[in-house]
Amino acid sequence: MAFSHDEVLKVARLAQLDLAQEEVETFAAQLGHIVQYIEQLDELDTTDVEPMAHGAGVTNVFREDQVQPSLDREAALANAPNRDAECFRVPPVL
Amino acid sequence: MSDADIVLVIGLEVHVQLQTASKLFCGCSTKFGQPPNTQTCPVCLGLPGALPVLNKEAFRLGAIAGLALNCKISPIMKWDRKNYFYPDLPKGYQISQFDLPLAYEGYLETLPEGGEPKTIRIIRAHLEEDAGKSMHDEAAGTSDSRIDLNRTGTPLLEIVSEPDLRSSQEARAYLDELKLLMTYLAVSDCNMQEGSLRVDANVNLHIPGPDGVIATPIVEIKNLNSFRAVERAIDYEAARQIDEWEDRGLRLGEAPKRTFGWDDQKERTVEQRQKEESSDYRYFPDPDLVPVTVTTQFVEQLQQGLGELPAALRARLQSQYDLDAYGANVLVNQGSSLVAYFEKLAAVSGNARRASNWVQQDVLRVLNETKTNIEGFPVAASQMGELLRLVENGKLNTSRAKDVFEEMFQAKLSLGDAMKSLGIEEVSQDALVDLCRELLNANPKVVADVSGGKQQAVGALIGQAKKRNPNADPGSVRKILLELIQQMG
Amino acid sequence: MSLLQHSATDLLSLLQSGDVTSQQVVQAYSDRAATVEDQVHAILQPTWESALERAEEIDRRRSAGELLGSLAGLPVAVKDILCTDDFPTTCGSKILETFRPPYNATVIEKLRAADAILVGKTNLDEFAMGSSTENSAFGPTHNPWDLTRVPGGSSGGSAASVSADLAPLAIGTDTGGSIRQPAAFCGVTGLKPTYGRVSRYGLVAFASSLDQAGPFARSAQDTALLLDAISGHDARDSTSANRPPTSAFAEVEQPLESLRVGVIREQLGEGVDDEIRVAVEASLQAFQQMGASLIDVQLPHARYAVATYYIVAPCEASGNLARYDGAHYGLRVESPELGSMYSASRARGLGEEVKRRIMLGTFALSSGYNSRYYLKSLQVRRLIRNDYDQAFENVDLLLGPTTPTTAFRIGEKSDDPLSMYLGDLFTVGTNLAGISGLSIPCGFSAAGLPIGLHLQGPAFSETTLLRAAHMYQSVTDWHARRPPL
Repeated sequence: MAFSHDEVLKVARLAQLDLAQEEVETFAAQLGHIVQYIEQLDELDTTDVEPMAHGAGVTNVFREDQVQPSLDREAALANAPNRDAECFRVPPVL
Repeated sequence: MSDADIVLVIGLEVHVQLQTASKLFCGCSTKFGQPPNTQTCPVCLGLPGALPVLNKEAFRLGAIAGLALNCKISPIMKWDRKNYFYPDLPKGYQISQFDLPLAYEGYLETLPEGGEPKTIRIIRAHLEEDAGKSMHDEAAGTSDSRIDLNRTGTPLLEIVSEPDLRSSQEARAYLDELKLLMTYLAVSDCNMQEGSLRVDANVNLHIPGPDGVIATPIVEIKNLNSFRAVERAIDYEAARQIDEWEDRGLRLGEAPKRTFGWDDQKERTVEQRQKEESSDYRYFPDPDLVPVTVTTQFVEQLQQGLGELPAALRARLQSQYDLDAYGANVLVNQGSSLVAYFEKLAAVSGNARRASNWVQQDVLRVLNETKTNIEGFPVAASQMGELLRLVENGKLNTSRAKDVFEEMFQAKLSLGDAMKSLGIEEVSQDALVDLCRELLNANPKVVADVSGGKQQAVGALIGQAKKRNPNADPGSVRKILLELIQQMG
Repeated sequence: MSLLQHSATDLLSLLQSGDVTSQQVVQAYSDRAATVEDQVHAILQPTWESALERAEEIDRRRSAGELLGSLAGLPVAVKDILCTDDFPTTCGSKILETFRPPYNATVIEKLRAADAILVGKTNLDEFAMGSSTENSAFGPTHNPWDLTRVPGGSSGGSAASVSADLAPLAIGTDTGGSIRQPAAFCGVTGLKPTYGRVSRYGLVAFASSLDQAGPFARSAQDTALLLDAISGHDARDSTSANRPPTSAFAEVEQPLESLRVGVIREQLGEGVDDEIRVAVEASLQAFQQMGASLIDVQLPHARYAVATYYIVAPCEASGNLARYDGAHYGLRVESPELGSMYSASRARGLGEEVKRRIMLGTFALSSGYNSRYYLKSLQVRRLIRNDYDQAFENVDLLLGPTTPTTAFRIGEKSDDPLSMYLGDLFTVGTNLAGISGLSIPCGFSAAGLPIGLHLQGPAFSETTLLRAAHMYQSVTDWHARRPPL
């Protein structure tokens, strides 16, 4: 499929990415190419093929309900770009 | 068409917090009310590279709840990511269940007040992780939000009903029954102040028309943090939607689903603005978690462990103890510990009705007044049962027994000590006879009156006997007095 | 003979016998780094200083007669996508330039428990997305065999570290070929273990159902040594296989009797450099001469592997990378409003290839496209896995080229992402199927660039692959050649 600028912008909004005008153009072209290539999968009949979402054949992995020590608050907040003594700080939702 | 023909259609989405010690996918504590950001780790902070591992107890509690809601348990359940950006969601996605939930297709029997019992169908019950908490910091003079991630990753069970509810009363009855069930099974404490039970309501109207029923667009009401708020919001929304229908006449599908919040102060619903893309959650299987397969053996084991659920318990209390529906309901609604207290009381005292009355009138009153629960109640059922047996055998009158109960509770005394403290002793038959003789000797007029047929004259002596010995049982005194007068005659 | 020329296995004996100290070993590599690193740029965060302290401590413990771990005193370089609590973990991204994890990846803890010495965090394509290490936000790594060429990627820094003698051992990660392709381009041995063999805890996720950490070394024997140390079940990774660590080192020298080698003919035809085809065919003959039987096998869906991979991996990545939004850690572009803070932070902090894949994955998962693209890719993934299962009914392992070309020039493919993706044709199937794959040197092009031989085996067949590779390395010396740096 071909990507219009609007479609690129819609995907960018979903992904929370600001794109410069030239990026919109580049991505429209590149994503179009890549998706076109991907569409060769349409050649395959996959009716009744069970999807394979996992790499491992593992099931039923649990942990016991036991409390483990948490991080010190300082360690938890250490990488925060903006914080106060207790909390992460972010701009308000408008 | 009149408003009376319009049918209000309500479906509820209820989140209950599962009563586990640690979070759904990490070992951080779920304890409420701790200082901000002191219950986090790389996993629930969503740090790069950290991985979730499922809490077995959360899965077990979810399955128990599903079974109690008469749901089918999926033989295989998996985890999906619900993708959206929000600062209380540090990974940028919530781990939830999309197409293979833990439990599906169940129902709940409800008892709307003053109405007939009604069955509400359950679409599904699935596990998911909670988000953190955003706080708006206006006090500090900035418009920033402050984020506390203590709650992030706490296990929730989301229970989604079919739109089978038709009024705010029915919604209330559904929520009451659901809460009772979850607390009975110790699946959740359902404490709404602490956010352990949260309700979203989907509301629309079905309007009869000449060409069949017309459905109006569905509105979701969020932020319902008390059952009272649920009732009021539904009633408010019903009226608002009728007005809107009359104004605009929009049908389901002609307008997108809208979201409203409930403003408890202003007592109205307020529309929340939604971004166009915000409902595109791009669900996909979480590759960091593996599916859980559930054997029939496991399900049967859980089913057997469920014990007696509230509906069955109500029926049994009525048939086994001959209680009326109201009484059985009052007891059951107080929870399984209170019912257990009642049953012990009934057994020890030998009179189930009396036990039921005492529990409903006295025990519940005291629990209410002191804002405690039966687990912390100082009067043991066995002691209380002995007390009621004294009443049953006529050794203590009801009003005296209530004094004893009060003393047992206030001073935290055993039955014997409470009676001693009140100076209550059993008076021997001989002592009573002696007392009565003395009184008759001192009051020949009474003897004469009674002998002359005025039996009620004996009442004055009963009062005197009580004064001389407060433990003297009035019934016995009366009987002895009359016998002695007869002998004298 | 310089200490640098010894294999890790030899160094271990020399350390154990007391002929050399760990400090001497670390110092030798550190001196080498001082002379070549400004040309190669394999390491983002060198840790020589702390490495020398560790070496001193291990030497002291050794002389005190303490029992030491299986890698005691050996330098190891680690791709900068595994979390370390004492050094930044950048993933080659501006958005994590200052990020300091408060915890260690399981692989890091296992290396420490084995008394290995971390000498640096190596360069990579940003968040492991790429095949050239040009997508690092901190500048590309150069191929030690030809500094104008890429080392491959995304674990280019780790491959180049081993190739250029900056460390005898290194850890990389492989999501679609990111260990094997740079191993091929740099002339070293690199193993992608079976999915679940090595814990992913603390490996910063690109595509969670495909990512595996694995070893780089100069020989199959050294690779076995490192694999044994990092493999094994981890309760913190739900996808970890419930198996004990491998014991490949103890078995690697045992030859395989009556080995059945599957030959993927499609991979020796059109689209593959002649020099590569010739080198791989010569390797097939070498195996035949060692008694192996060659059996042609078909992987009918292999040609769909790149298309499948470039849906599965970007979809998972779009979710995995949503956390880089400036809210709790990493780069933030301040803004008065939350939404614009998110989108500006991500726009500035993430590089072009990462954005492209996030866009692709977001699109393929979005409403209306999910089943056409994402679900379809999972179904084709199953078909690809089935092909392998069928093939392994008749053969013990598969042989083919690791890459269709040798190392390309820096900048050569930068503007054509699809052509870059197509270079992953032979390696992505291994990840989609969750099986094991190994690349070993098997020759050189006329231009003097290394050629990689790709061995793929069933799930948990790492020891078989390493034994086969060791047999080959016993009769060839491609792996022993060193770049003219």
